[in-house]
Amino acid sequence: MTLTAETPRPSATAAAGRARRVRLLPLVAPYLQAAPLTVALLLFLLVPILTIVAVSFWDYDSVRLYPDFVLTNYVELLTSPVTWKTYLNTLKFAALTWAITLGIGFTVAYFLAFHVRSTTWQMVLFLVCTIPFWTSNIIRMISWIPFLGRNGLLNSGLISAGIIDQPLEFLLFSDFAVVLAFVHLYALFMVVPIFNSMMRIDRALVEAARDGGASAAQIITNVILPLSKPGIAIGSIFVVTLVMGDFITVRLMSGGQSASIGLMIANEISLLQYPAAAANAVVLLAVVLIMVVAMLRVVDIRKEL
Amino acid sequence: MTAGSTVELVKLRKAYGTTVAVDGIDLRIAAGSYCCLLGPSGCGKTSTLRMIAGHEDITDGDLLIGDSVVNDDPPAKRGTAMMFQSYALFPHLDCTDNVAFSLKMKGVAKDERRRRAQAMLELVDMGKYAARLPAQLSGGQQQRVALARALITQPGVLLLDEPLSALDPFLRVRMREELKRLHRDIGITFIHVTHSQTEAMALADLAVVMNQGRIEQAGPPRELFNRPRTAFVARFIGGHNVIDGSVIGGNGDCAVRTDRILLGDAELPTEIQVEGTVRALEYHGASVHLSLDVAGADEFAVVLDEARYFDAPVAVGDRVRAGWSQRDIHPLAS
Repeated sequence: MTLTAETPRPSATAAAGRARRVRLLPLVAPYLQAAPLTVALLLFLLVPILTIVAVSFWDYDSVRLYPDFVLTNYVELLTSPVTWKTYLNTLKFAALTWAITLGIGFTVAYFLAFHVRSTTWQMVLFLVCTIPFWTSNIIRMISWIPFLGRNGLLNSGLISAGIIDQPLEFLLFSDFAVVLAFVHLYALFMVVPIFNSMMRIDRALVEAARDGGASAAQIITNVILPLSKPGIAIGSIFVVTLVMGDFITVRLMSGGQSASIGLMIANEISLLQYPAAAANAVVLLAVVLIMVVAMLRVVDIRKEL
Repeated sequence: MTAGSTVELVKLRKAYGTTVAVDGIDLRIAAGSYCCLLGPSGCGKTSTLRMIAGHEDITDGDLLIGDSVVNDDPPAKRGTAMMFQSYALFPHLDCTDNVAFSLKMKGVAKDERRRRAQAMLELVDMGKYAARLPAQLSGGQQQRVALARALITQPGVLLLDEPLSALDPFLRVRMREELKRLHRDIGITFIHVTHSQTEAMALADLAVVMNQGRIEQAGPPRELFNRPRTAFVARFIGGHNVIDGSVIGGNGDCAVRTDRILLGDAELPTEIQVEGTVRALEYHGASVHLSLDVAGADEFAVVLDEARYFDAPVAVGDRVRAGWSQRDIHPLAS
């Protein structure tokens, strides 16, 4: 046996070679199956990000870019008080939008999950929530303008009702308008995951809590809220990342009076300051990633996926 | 601990739209007794329990616990505690916090409630699992925690919704013994819903057989077994043959216990005899179970002592005579 194994006949070698080739296929098949997604992610995610990171170290003047490795873009960005003010402003938008959408999202999801008894009505009301998504973001934002403007529907309505004599100035082209638009755009991103979490809560748990003497409010704080945490975390990730990266809502609704990081990057691009914009984008990416990791640290969402 | 409370149902009715789940039942459960609500699925036993618990509105009639009508009281005010079929332990709380839940709702200080929860866990032998989450416990352990959580409210009535159905057969027998021991030790009223007549026989002081929203018969298990009121009860309790009386020269249906029947191929020394064909035969160790095709009965079973069967064995397909004496015939109400 050992002898034949050490000195195989020529025909045996050929057979072994064929056998090896046949056995190779099951070995590479998983990689082949994963290849399309890998290629797509490499091309459309990793390569662009690496390009941005690379460009962020380039030098530039008002007419062209110089491939280089300089830290000036980051130094200028991080030492400028404008950056810090803009970050603070963006974080303020994110925090306000998060808090309000969380309040709305939890309430709507709670109503849908626990107070609408029939599945048909649950589906109907859920679809009603998605109606705003039938038009584009821009249209939804712009449609606030005739409503909130100085001579808009709300102001003229309030004036003719005799509640105010002067139009309310803060309604449009203000931080109020920005947050209002954000909430309008993103509330559903909070509703859906929280609703999903709540639908998984065993109804017997609510009865068990009631059996233990819990009031309606105690049931919410002691049972439903803790068990909805994964949904809250997922919704929060959606809302916070969307608001942190936004530039068009802030530009449109603040009338150019408020700033956000996204807007800052957009301005730099329009001035052809690509390296500065790239550095800004890298920092923003890092900040958002830290925020997401922090949220995942607080809540374990694995069982929801 | 607290003494048990009486529970009294007066013309209690539950309707979901046009479907009637519980159709005006009357029942009095004595304080400190162990009552089993027994019946096939959809007979209204769970709806009845949930009305007593306060998790289901009462459509009509009255529910008395102790001396007062509690129709509109929330569960916690009734002095009842429920153990749910799925146990319904809070998945985000460890055993101690699960058991201490109702104390927390009442505003008992943290140290005090954790101490009392620990003591309650010791009572059900779960003391060393106090820090575990429900997902880290087996079904039987979860059940003990659920039991502790129900008992910590010091209820007068403990309501159990199919408590043993999720357990494997060995554990089921052990938990059955433990429920009985617990009932004896703390002396409160237990109301236990089950579809297993074995469980009801083993546990109940008062077994209540329900069918289609009505009570077919209520009484001690021995009375149910020896004097089933209707054909439904005789069939559901098991161990009985329901026979059309005209076949044996009577009128109306009657019941005969399967273990009171003699078998032979010639004349038997009994007043009543029928002929039949052996359809199936099962050896059960201590006894042998035979199914016969007999005119006037859909199912006709004979349970013979092992030794007696092997004195004169029969085979499937044999013509045999089955007989029993007049005093073993129990007439049934239609």
